[in-house]
This record gives sequence, C-alpha cells and structure tokens, in this order.
Amino acid sequence: MNLTDGEWHRLHPASPLLRGGIAFVAIAGFVIANLRERLVEIFFHVPSYGDDPLDDIYARGLVGWALLAVLGVLIVIIAVFYLSWRMHSFRVTDDLVEVRSGLLFRTHRRARLDRVQGVTITRSLLPRLFGAAKLDVAVAGNDGNVQLAYLGSAAADALRREILQLASGLRASRDAAVLPPPAPGGETATSASADVDTATGAPASVATGIINQRVNEFLAPELDADVAPPESVVRIPVVRLIGSVLLSGYTVFLLVAGVALIVGVANDAVWPVFAVLPILIGSVSYYWNRVTRMLRYSIAGTPDGVRVGYGLLSTNNETLPPGRIHAIGVSQPLLWRPFGWWRIQVNTASRARSDGQNRDHTTVMPVGKAEDVSRVLGLMLPAFVGDDAALVIRAGLVSRGDDDYSGAPRRAAWLRPFSWRRTGFRAASGVLLLRHGLVSRHLAIVPYARVQSVSLSQGPLQRSLRLAAVQVQTVSGPVIASLDVADAATAVRLFAEAGADAVTYAASDTSHHWSTS
Amino acid sequence: MPETDHDDDVAMTSAGPEDHAPDSAAPAESTDPRIDLPGIAWKRVSPKYLVAGLVQLGIAAVIVCGLVAVAWLAWDWTWAGWALPFVAVFFIISIVVEPRRVRSIGYALRTDDLVFRRGIMFQRFVAVPYGRMQLVDITRGPVSRALGLADLRFVTAAAATAVAIPGLPEADAEELRDQLVTLAESRRAGL
Repeated sequence: MNLTDGEWHRLHPASPLLRGGIAFVAIAGFVIANLRERLVEIFFHVPSYGDDPLDDIYARGLVGWALLAVLGVLIVIIAVFYLSWRMHSFRVTDDLVEVRSGLLFRTHRRARLDRVQGVTITRSLLPRLFGAAKLDVAVAGNDGNVQLAYLGSAAADALRREILQLASGLRASRDAAVLPPPAPGGETATSASADVDTATGAPASVATGIINQRVNEFLAPELDADVAPPESVVRIPVVRLIGSVLLSGYTVFLLVAGVALIVGVANDAVWPVFAVLPILIGSVSYYWNRVTRMLRYSIAGTPDGVRVGYGLLSTNNETLPPGRIHAIGVSQPLLWRPFGWWRIQVNTASRARSDGQNRDHTTVMPVGKAEDVSRVLGLMLPAFVGDDAALVIRAGLVSRGDDDYSGAPRRAAWLRPFSWRRTGFRAASGVLLLRHGLVSRHLAIVPYARVQSVSLSQGPLQRSLRLAAVQVQTVSGPVIASLDVADAATAVRLFAEAGADAVTYAASDTSHHWSTS
Repeated sequence: MPETDHDDDVAMTSAGPEDHAPDSAAPAESTDPRIDLPGIAWKRVSPKYLVAGLVQLGIAAVIVCGLVAVAWLAWDWTWAGWALPFVAVFFIISIVVEPRRVRSIGYALRTDDLVFRRGIMFQRFVAVPYGRMQLVDITRGPVSRALGLADLRFVTAAAATAVAIPGLPEADAEELRDQLVTLAESRRAGL
C-alpha cells in the first residue's frame, strides 16, 4: 500500500482508543473504585453494608433502564471514536505532509518535507500490543511536529522510509523502484478506487498469522531491516548504563541527604525522616526511569541520517537526517573520568516533543567510551572522518593543552585557574571545535553550515587581561558553543573567520535535499 | 528639553579626552585595550536617540528615587535612606555615560552579513549572515515615536543572537528592513 501517493489516508482503526487509552484506564479505575464493595462481595462473599448505586438501581427495579443507559453511553462512545477516526486523515505529497483532525474543532497541520528536522517512531506498550506505532514528523520550532498517531507498525516504518526519501530530494521514479512489489492478489495502489483507504498495515487474513506478526514486531528491535544496517555502532552494557546513572551529581546529593538522615535519627530528631525519606523513595523511581528509558540503546547510520533508538517496553526511534544537527556536545562529568565514559548531546531545531513522557531527545549517546564517541561523531559528521579527524577529536576530548588547538594565554589563568591551558578552539573541514573544562571536560562541535550568528564580547575584567570571548550561536539546546577566554587578538580573528566560514559553508550547503548533494 | 541638552554637553566634554586617547595611541595598536574590528565603516544611530535614552533614564530616575525617598521619609525605612545616595549615584553615572553608550552602538552591512556592536564596559560584537535572518521587526516606544525613531530587531533561529539596533530614524529603519529582507531572501539557506 502506498501511503505517499498524495491521497488522503486514515490512521489505524484503534487510534482513538489508543490515544484515549489513559482516559479509558482512568474511567475504568473510577468505576472499579466505586464498585469495589460489590466486587469484594462477588469474589469473597463478604456481605455488603454500604449502598452503592447498583443496589439502588436494583431496589427500584430500574435494571432495564440502567442497561439501556449503559448501552446508550457505549453507542455514543463508539460513535465518537468512529467519527474521530473518520475525520482524522493524513496525506503525504511530494512536498508536504498534512494531517487534518478533530470533530468540532478542526485542525489542519501541514509541514514541508524539505524542512523536516527528524522523524520519530514511538511504540508505547499498549499500542505495541495492538501492533500500532506513532509517527512524528518534526519540523523546526516549539511544538512544530506533525503527529500521526497511530499507524500500523509496518505502515509506520514504510511511511518513515518514504517520507525520508521524499525529503531527501528523490522523486517518485526511484521511489517506485525501491518499494516492494504489491502482494499477489492484493490491490495495487492505482486500483484503490476509494479516495481514502485504511492504513492498518495488518491484513486480517488468518488469526495465527496476525499473532505471529505481532510477536515478530514486538521482538524485532528495528523493523526497517532493509534500510538500517543491522548493527548498532555503539553497544551499552547494562552495567555501564546503571553505573552512569548512579555516578551523577544526584547520587552525591542523595548520599548527603542519607547522611543527614542518619545523623538526625542518631540525635533523636524526627523531622529528617519526614524531610529526607520521601526524597529517597522518589529517587528509586528516578533511577528506574533513567535506566529503563535508555535500555536497548542503539545508534546506526542510514542513508537518511542517524537513527537513535531507545527503550525496552516503550520504544522510541528517531531519525535525524543529515544537516539537522546544529551542534554536538561531548562531555564527561568528573565522576565518569575513572571509567573513561562520555555523553553526547545535540542541538536540533525541533523542540516539539509533546509525547508526554518527557523524554530527553537531545541525548544521542547516554554513555560510551572514547571509541564510541568517535564512531558516533563519524556518523553525525560524515565529512569529518579519517585519522586526522580522530586525532583532532581525541585532543579535543582529553588533551590538557599545548597542542594544535589555539589555546588561551597564560594570563587567562586569572579567570580560568585550572582549565586555561585546555580552553581553546580549532577549525577543521567544515566544523569548529571548542573545548573547555578540566574538571568536567567539554567539547562542542559546530558545523559551520549551521551557525546562526557569531558574537565577540569583552568585559572590563577581560579587557584588563587583554582577553575576549567568542560565542557561536546555534539553535537552542543543551550544547553551548562558546570560548570564554582567549587572547583578544585571536578572538577577533576567530570572530572574523568564523563569520566568513559560516557564510561560505551555508551557501554551499545542500543538506535540505541531502540525496541530491 | 533644556536639561537634556545640558547633560549632553557635560557628558560630551567629559568623554572628549578619552575619545581622543585611542587616536593618539594608534600606531601602537596592542596598547589599546579595547577590541575593535579592523576595516569596518560603522554606521551610528541617530543623535536623537541620545535624547530618547536620557528622557527614559530621567523618568526611571525620578520614579525610583521618588519611591525610595517615600519609603525613607513616609514609612521610616532607614535602609532606604542609606540606599538613596547609591541609587542617585547610579542614575547620575548612567546619565553621564549615556552619550558614550549611544555612540558605541553601531552597525555595518558587509557583503554577506550584518555586524552589530554595542557597549563600552561590556563590549559585544555580533555578526549575523543575511541568510540566517528569519524576520526583521520594527518597534517604536512612546519616547522614540515622539522623536520619530524606531528600533530594528533581528530574529534568527538562535535565541542568543539578540541583535536590536535602537534609535534609527523611521524612514531609515523601514528602508533598512526592506533591504535586509531582500538580502535575506536572496541568500536564504534553510536553517
């Protein structure tokens, strides 16, 4: 089934149920809570003493009416679900992806494909059981995403592939060649006479077939096997993941809190128990969430960008096309240094992320070794690879200074007593690398083609030391690319060169249609 | 506004010698502690913007000093009595420095980008490539409007860019906006 033929298609039939899933569970919980006396009576033969609504109905002989009311409510719910499914449709043309939805308040959202910042497939637990997945097409800006919730799992994968291919600048000719031929006996896309057909992606042929398909979908880490390379370039052992979560500033805080609790209890004080114990209990779920969210992490390069996957029960799979990463930050907190672990974060233009789970979409590698860092950077910066690049990155990560990075002069020690030697920058084939921090190490990498503006600043203290600072501004995110101390003349030169290079590389950048470059 | 003219004169004379200092020390460039970008002909903002700045500062000074004085005299808050001289000195310094602050604001249109500078103590230079400008905004405050001035603000995809040229004559501002929009359109390059 071709979903990118420019016609309007509908979502998975279970979509309203899945989207309203939480409300549904809440209503069920409310009903059960109200009728628990009766349930207790049914299951344990304990006589009931309260009058719950059912007794009342029974006593007044209104059973028939009550059943009728329940039936009416059910019919209304089903009708609303059906209508909202009917009214919710999407289409993908050569340039656009569009969604229209809503019963009373219609919304119509449209995104240009060459402005796509990323495509994310989310499979939460309940939709996964139904064989459904949510597809998010992110465009720049706050809440600037087009959400297709929900699609059949296979349909979501196919649609992602096709959207990325269309966005990459490939047109229908290649599209047709890549798509698998229509199933024998199935209708071809041209013979689909109805202007709207259903994107279930699960032909209801044989029950066992469906079950097998579900099981396969549930177990497969990445369904799109024909496009994604089978191997993730980084593998995170569970022990390392747990260690990285435990070795954080939060743990230090917890230890201090725990000591406070013990000291307090030893001195017969009661208040620390009430103040600290809830924090300790809450932290268990904090650690649990941090770890489970990042289980089964994978990152792989595809022709259409870097694909980052997370999650054990609820999985999340994001594709960042080339040229959509505005800045890359590699950092190492002090506690991670004995283990040689690093974290990689990126700035991207889309901050849509209304998936309700507060996932951290900016971390592309939660924890990894230095070799993993260079592999991931190789994926994200395809033009910046080779032995030279590896050495430059290595120096950016661990060097203490005095190498081919332009460092700060000795007088900068007044402002950066430890890290002045390390604070420096280096330009290399299309990217600018800025490193700082000796206690916790940071390296920021900015592709010149994504630089929004460059600024140079100097305060009175810096002026007295003949120093200046340079900031390279990108879209907002966790990575801040700045050189806080540098020789004033060097900073002026960097400002001029970075500004000129930003213009040059932006002019020759063709990544909005990455396959035609 | 005789007051502001007077302030202006005082400030000009006080700032005069300092302005000449870099010129006399021009050959030995490294002794000039101030950073500067070579080879840029800076365009300055309208002199009338100084009036707007002084009026705004004056209003703020009267309000803040008035509130502190009321707190001190009417409500007997002794700390307000201590704070009053500091507040007054702060505003006097601001007013004295204002002409230099206004003269430190400058911009230049280069072939591929717009460069903006401001600040005396805290100098800041920003270069924004034309292709990165997402929108150009013209705003007018009440004081600026009375003087026929407008502020031009640029928005890029990065929130930190924060470039705003204050105090342009309205006609210039609109012309500059149209010019920048045209330039941005001709060099548009995604994000």
